Amino acid sequence: MTKLRHHQLGLSDEDVLQMFKTMVLARMIDERMWLLNRAGKIPFVISCQGQEAAQVGAAMALNKDKDYVLPYYRDMGVVLHFGMTTQELMLSGFAKAEDPNSGGRQMPGHFGKSKNRIVTGSSPVTTQVPHAVGFGLAAKMKKEDWVAFTTFGEGSSNQGDFHEGINFASVHDLPCIFMCENNKYAISVPLEKQLNCENVSDRAVGYGIHGETVDGNDPLAVYEAISKARKRAIEGGGPSLIETVSYRLTPHSSDDDDSVYRAKEEVEAAKKIDSIITFGSYLKEVGLLSDKTEEELRTNLRKEIDEATDYAEKAGYAEPESALKYVYGEE
Amino acid sequence: MPIISYIEAVTRAIREEMERDENVFVLGEDVGKRGGVFRATNGLYEQFGEERVIDTPLAESAIAGVGIGAAMYGLRPIAEMQFADFIMPAVNQIISEAAKIRYRSNNDWQCPITIRAPYGGGVHGALYHSQSVEAIFANVPGLKIVMPSTPYDVKGLLKAAIRSNDPVLFFEHKRAYRLIKGEVPDEDYTLPIGKADVKREGDDITVITYGLCVHFAMQAAENLAKQGYQAHILDLRTVYPLDKEAIIEAARKTGKVLLVTEDNKEGSIISEVSAIIAEHCMFDLDAPIKRLAGPDVPAMPYAPTMEKYFMVNPDKVEAAMKELAEF
Ligand SMILES: Cc1ncc(C[n+]2csc(CCOP(=O)(O)OP(=O)(O)O)c2C)c(N)n1
Ligand SMILES: [Mg+2]
Repeated sequence: MTKLRHHQLGLSDEDVLQMFKTMVLARMIDERMWLLNRAGKIPFVISCQGQEAAQVGAAMALNKDKDYVLPYYRDMGVVLHFGMTTQELMLSGFAKAEDPNSGGRQMPGHFGKSKNRIVTGSSPVTTQVPHAVGFGLAAKMKKEDWVAFTTFGEGSSNQGDFHEGINFASVHDLPCIFMCENNKYAISVPLEKQLNCENVSDRAVGYGIHGETVDGNDPLAVYEAISKARKRAIEGGGPSLIETVSYRLTPHSSDDDDSVYRAKEEVEAAKKIDSIITFGSYLKEVGLLSDKTEEELRTNLRKEIDEATDYAEKAGYAEPESALKYVYGEE
Repeated sequence: MPIISYIEAVTRAIREEMERDENVFVLGEDVGKRGGVFRATNGLYEQFGEERVIDTPLAESAIAGVGIGAAMYGLRPIAEMQFADFIMPAVNQIISEAAKIRYRSNNDWQCPITIRAPYGGGVHGALYHSQSVEAIFANVPGLKIVMPSTPYDVKGLLKAAIRSNDPVLFFEHKRAYRLIKGEVPDEDYTLPIGKADVKREGDDITVITYGLCVHFAMQAAENLAKQGYQAHILDLRTVYPLDKEAIIEAARKTGKVLLVTEDNKEGSIISEVSAIIAEHCMFDLDAPIKRLAGPDVPAMPYAPTMEKYFMVNPDKVEAAMKELAEF
């Protein structure tokens, strides 16, 4: 009998069920955020929808007790796996004082939690890439066996910081993984107006590092690519540029109207190969999931999200004058 | 006490901090084997090796950004910008990232990076090797900007910058590097960031300035003393955030204030100093606040005639001081 795909990759049945659970949780939290936004309860949403497989597949290939992650705004799947809770994400959505990401100072999607080695991020795209290189440099200087993992969109791969950062990491053979989540659009601008090479990963050649494009709807393919990248990095083989190709299933953000720049049919077609469906089917084919157990899973997650929403809605905002705090450390 | 140059004080401060704390390291262009184009990191590569004195690719946003990442991890990077003029590609990393990391994370992360850069004119450096860039960063809360005038202050303040848990921009006047010498103890000491320093006591007029212009003012004050006027000179040392108390006290002391910078005049550091004095010392002033600065043209030209015209010098400071004293 041929081995199942996930077994070939060294993933147990529990692992892949966990993978699916985190993907579905990210999707369901995101969907709830949109409802809350449309109900006028939270001002802004920026979605992970369509990228959960890439995010969770990658995160599970990392060591969540050692590695540092520098996620970008869509990476709910990454931060969930690294220990951010549903309640914490809701607190961030509602901009409440208890939000560990920023205490309600930043918009949702600006992740950060030092306890879990989730490094604080900002809004200007791609600035996190050189930071990840700085973490990689620290790992090398301290002779420690962890990697720095960072993500960004394909449009953002045109920023100077992408090129400057990756080149630096390559020259110094740093343990960094650069993952481009190519969702085919940068707000309204399609891929072909962003770059004139076929793949974002083609750019790896220019820095003398490993580059690879994988199916971003297949969490196992992403898991495999990131696992190998991590092994290379730890063994002194330097950084890798991994591109995951999927599709942004929502408008850019809750403030965007995507109907003016892309056809409904295109979105509908993408929804048919949505990783939540295709990975769910895989788990059903191999007998790890049934319609019934999936429904149970969703019911449990819905309950968790309901409770988190309730909690976050009732939680307090930061005191107005607390806006004056933490400009400097030695105050 | 040994007498050393301004640049030697820079090197010593870095060396001593690297000896004291293994988390301190240097990164920048030509800082390794070459020891820096001005030789500020001279000997450090030999002493600490290429792992801690890193010659980076020629890319300033990465020098700042990689430093910021390493600082967030807990290292203490000293990033060198070869010239202050070339800090521009790194501005996003400095303003959007370093300055805001503590604040945006609600104190969950911090960024203890020091970014050093040689600034200033009068060295035939033309537009792009002469600029003062401090004003660009001086309305960015989260940053601290230090601009010392003497070797003693350089050593004490650079050590304080490296030990600070916040990002510090440390601007060194490149003409002061070998021109200015002074007593510097061999011992370890730090000076407080955010505190100005009275460099000369006097009762007739107050001069508030920083960097190389402190020396211009000191020279001018000696000449003026022969003419019967005693100048009080306050060296800001930290130009952001400003030492308001010291500024107010110095302004009140004489009631006649001259502010000097070699930067362009409008929107400069001394504009803010002037506003502080206007806000707090209205009834203590005996003359309008006077400002001496570079003209509002993009930067200092190359030809000696135009460079001299742009640049503040002791004669210009003396003339302005005299005019104020006689007001
Ligand atoms: C430096 C900078 N310029 C512009 C923006 C506004 N902006 C936010 S997201 C975005 C598109 C990013 O596209 P991509 O990198 O493909 O990531 P995606 O949102 O598709 O995941 C733009 C233009 C920004 N945040 N930062
Ligand atoms: Mg995109």
